[in-house]
Amino acid sequence: MLKNAIGKRSRVMKNTVEKGAVKKFAEAIDDLSPNYVDEEFGKQSRFGRNIAPPTFPVTFEFEAIDELKLPSKGLIHGEQSFHYKRPLFVGEDVNCFAEVKDYYEKTGNFGKMGFLVIARSGLDANDDLIFTEERVIIINEEVRKGMLV
Amino acid sequence: MTTLTALQVGSELENITLSPVTRLDLIKYAGASGDFNPIHTIDEEAEKAGLPGIIAHGMWTMGNLAKLFTPYVAEGFIENYSIRFRGMVFLGDVITLKARLVEEKEKQLTFEVIALNQHEKEVVKGQIDFVLI
Repeated sequence: MLKNAIGKRSRVMKNTVEKGAVKKFAEAIDDLSPNYVDEEFGKQSRFGRNIAPPTFPVTFEFEAIDELKLPSKGLIHGEQSFHYKRPLFVGEDVNCFAEVKDYYEKTGNFGKMGFLVIARSGLDANDDLIFTEERVIIINEEVRKGMLV
Repeated sequence: MTTLTALQVGSELENITLSPVTRLDLIKYAGASGDFNPIHTIDEEAEKAGLPGIIAHGMWTMGNLAKLFTPYVAEGFIENYSIRFRGMVFLGDVITLKARLVEEKEKQLTFEVIALNQHEKEVVKGQIDFVLI
């Protein structure tokens, strides 16, 4: 049934790259670079403004994908990637949506595991892609059986 | 500080060794990222999930690993960043971040990036493509 969710998308949700959120995030990974938080420095930089750290999109909110029902526990984050067309700019609005890219199963030492690939993308005001991030979520047999009930 | 363009294939960026992981680090990351899964902050919840103790958010480690490249932001940006989570990070662990240039084509520099714990075990491993602009 997770296979049926492949290709399904969420509705778009607008997120703003907030200055305070970027600072808090940069602090939490101890990466308080002036590129992220110093306005004057940002203006003088080649981007002409402050940018956000590359993993900042984890802070964005997304609408649910209706066809995808996942348990809140027992999921393992196996892989993660980010692909950028350009850096995220502090202060800009980003239109975000999520999509189920793939679902497959493999049998290994721990029984049959499910692998769910979710992509999340962010578009700028002109609908040009800024970034796509992909996460591979591993679902073990026990959790998957629970979902079928 | 050297520039990325001066690097030869096979050479490494300067390692960063993080301070031992504290609960406060993870509470701060939970707040900043919005990931409040309690296995990262509350002992009982981690134990209920079958873990010996709370573990760092994988994204905390991935977020930290990218800062090897922060000094070079004036030269370009991270175009692709992909990793696998290979091991758990526990309280008190001392994580070392490493990057080695493995390929160079025109404006794109590809690095192998690794986060190791104090037992030299890889906890995160992946690749960063840095594009020069």
